[in-house]
Amino acid sequence: MDTKPVQLDNIDVLQVLNEEGMVDTTKAPPLTHDQLRRLYVAMVLTRKFDSRMLAMQRQGEMGTFAPNLGQEATQIGQVFPLTADDWFAPSYRSFGAQIWRGWSMEQLLLLWAGYHEGFPPPEGVNDLPFSIVIGSHVLPAVGVAMGMAQKKQQHCVTVNFGDGAMSQGAVNEAFNFAAVYKAPCVFVCENNGWAISTPLQRQAATESLAVRGIGFGIPSIRVDGNDILAMVAATTTAAERARAGQGPSLIEAVTYRMSLHTTADDPTVYRQEEHVDPWHQRCPLLRFERYLNRESILTEDECRRIADECEQRVLEARAKFREMAKARPEEIFDFVYHTMPPELIEQKKDYLSRLARKGLNP
Amino acid sequence: MAREIEFRDALREAMTEEMHRDERVFLMGEEVAQYNGAYKVSRGMLEEFGAERIIDTPISETGFSGLGIGAAMMGLRPIIEFMSWSFSLVSADQVLNNAPKMLYMSGGQFGVPIVFRGNDGAGGQLGSTHSWCVESMFANVPGLKMIIPAFPDDAKGLLKSAIRDDDPVFCLESERLLSLKGEVPEEEYLTPIGEARVRRTGNDCTIVAFGRPVHFALEAATELAKSGIECDVIDGRSIRPLDMDTIATSVRKTNACVVVDQSWPFASIASEISAQVQECCFDDLDNHVHRVNNDDVPAPYATNLEQAMLPHAGKVIEAVRSATYNL
Ligand SMILES: Cc1ncc(C[n+]2csc(CCOP(=O)(O)OP(=O)(O)O)c2C)c(N)n1
Ligand SMILES: [Mg+2]
Repeated sequence: MDTKPVQLDNIDVLQVLNEEGMVDTTKAPPLTHDQLRRLYVAMVLTRKFDSRMLAMQRQGEMGTFAPNLGQEATQIGQVFPLTADDWFAPSYRSFGAQIWRGWSMEQLLLLWAGYHEGFPPPEGVNDLPFSIVIGSHVLPAVGVAMGMAQKKQQHCVTVNFGDGAMSQGAVNEAFNFAAVYKAPCVFVCENNGWAISTPLQRQAATESLAVRGIGFGIPSIRVDGNDILAMVAATTTAAERARAGQGPSLIEAVTYRMSLHTTADDPTVYRQEEHVDPWHQRCPLLRFERYLNRESILTEDECRRIADECEQRVLEARAKFREMAKARPEEIFDFVYHTMPPELIEQKKDYLSRLARKGLNP
Repeated sequence: MAREIEFRDALREAMTEEMHRDERVFLMGEEVAQYNGAYKVSRGMLEEFGAERIIDTPISETGFSGLGIGAAMMGLRPIIEFMSWSFSLVSADQVLNNAPKMLYMSGGQFGVPIVFRGNDGAGGQLGSTHSWCVESMFANVPGLKMIIPAFPDDAKGLLKSAIRDDDPVFCLESERLLSLKGEVPEEEYLTPIGEARVRRTGNDCTIVAFGRPVHFALEAATELAKSGIECDVIDGRSIRPLDMDTIATSVRKTNACVVVDQSWPFASIASEISAQVQECCFDDLDNHVHRVNNDDVPAPYATNLEQAMLPHAGKVIEAVRSATYNL
């Protein structure tokens, strides 16, 4: 017997659309022009929303949040194949995907400004709450998938998490369960190179994270996460496998966090601009636009118009948000239990009477 | 000689001094080295001690707390930083089973001289899962010690004692206090674990508080003094062991007691102290012990609602007035 240890070679990265916007037609997913336009609009909208929200945060109108810049293709690509019956388990950096799934932007603004009204997924949107505790939502997502399978529903669950989350025990337990029970789920590890200031090399000794999935017996793939067509191709295949009862897949979407970890972060402390520079060339929007222009699916003029329209939509959402942003102090007692127990009713009464006496911040 | 420094610098000085004094001491946690700590507590320590003793980790709380316990069993003196005590829940088995019970389960063979430290308590608009007050839940476990400093000088003195302690010590820091400045002696000193400190004296009511709520208690006492109600304010400093002597002595003098605690009311630190005071000072009390806790709901995310849910001076004032029949 050969005693040489098994060596897994570096896994190739699936790319369909290169940085110049050239498509590898042998790998391209079959998308209509209309679908391609919708993808483009969603990515532009995500970017506009992201930069507006950052400006609002800097002006004190928004709480701490995690920007999305440069990750738009990963965001939109992972949810593209999902139907309304499928489920999506976002992370805290998933607002691009959430918009695609049907969350209104004013609601997301409410959420990140700290209003409870922002939290519940909109009517008819099968999304789970995200977790601030890293990796904590991945096991419940697999549980939802297993529950679905038990109910003989042929849908799937896509769960999104970061490269840093790969280090959590709970995430690895989720992989194992999903593999053993053939849970209908799609793991999307959004590898943006950083976990706050911790680079990938300090998170894992392997170059790829997809290699982990293989160890658990999960079909795994590395995808250029800045390539919307590759993302769509990979996630469509994975979702179809899951719905057909063939079990989970792991997609490592290789992208880059071009902006801040969160608005409380200052990346100049731990990374040089030179590290970020090459990623401007790899911008997911730029290459998609080049492709769409070249193929005359969208003209440059149309792209400009789309940008203006998206900006307009974001501003309208901001206006609605400003109308809605009023905290109701009595709401802190809601939803602790389905039916409020007597002692909490008592506390709420006390609390409201003290508010009446003292005002909200005595 | 004393000088004014920030709470976070006091914590850093404690670790730095102990690392110079004892080469077995090291610091491990997320973002502690390269990034200087998520809250800049370990600023400059990587340069001073190198990557072998200031260790950045993957996001694996179970991993680094468990490893720390093993290293402590081998005679090292780990300081494990949780970015937030909220995340220690990920590694609850390590923190609550392995650390405090190892000595007992090994019949005295393996001690775990480890310090777990990090931010505890809400108030930073971080959402309910990231705003834990672990004190009431964790203090229930025998085998561990728990310190909760409210001022920079105690932060330094208590943390130094914790690092030298042979048992696991949980050090609860408040993110809201890290920039607080206070006088800290230049020369070396230790603050003993298990001794409360009387921060203000008065004959009308005893206010007992721990950590950040000590500041609410002091603010309330200043306000109450204007209407002639004078309070003893006891800064508990340690939760386990608890200095009941200082509390009881004060209650015997004032005959009234209010406990301010940033955990939820049910089975809380305030409940425990309230029970103990009623056991040892029953005949001295003119009224039942009053408790000021969080409202019994998860921490809201909106900043004004979060403030309304937490203890604050206004709530303490009302409790003291009620406890002393001064409504
Ligand atoms: C259990 C836990 N530990 C630590 C943190 C603090 N924290 C917040 S975000 C983050 C980095 C996460 O990185 P990654 O999983 O790559 O996701 P990204 O932020 O890059 O999208 C850390 C360590 C946390 N929220 N939860
Ligand atoms: Mg990351």
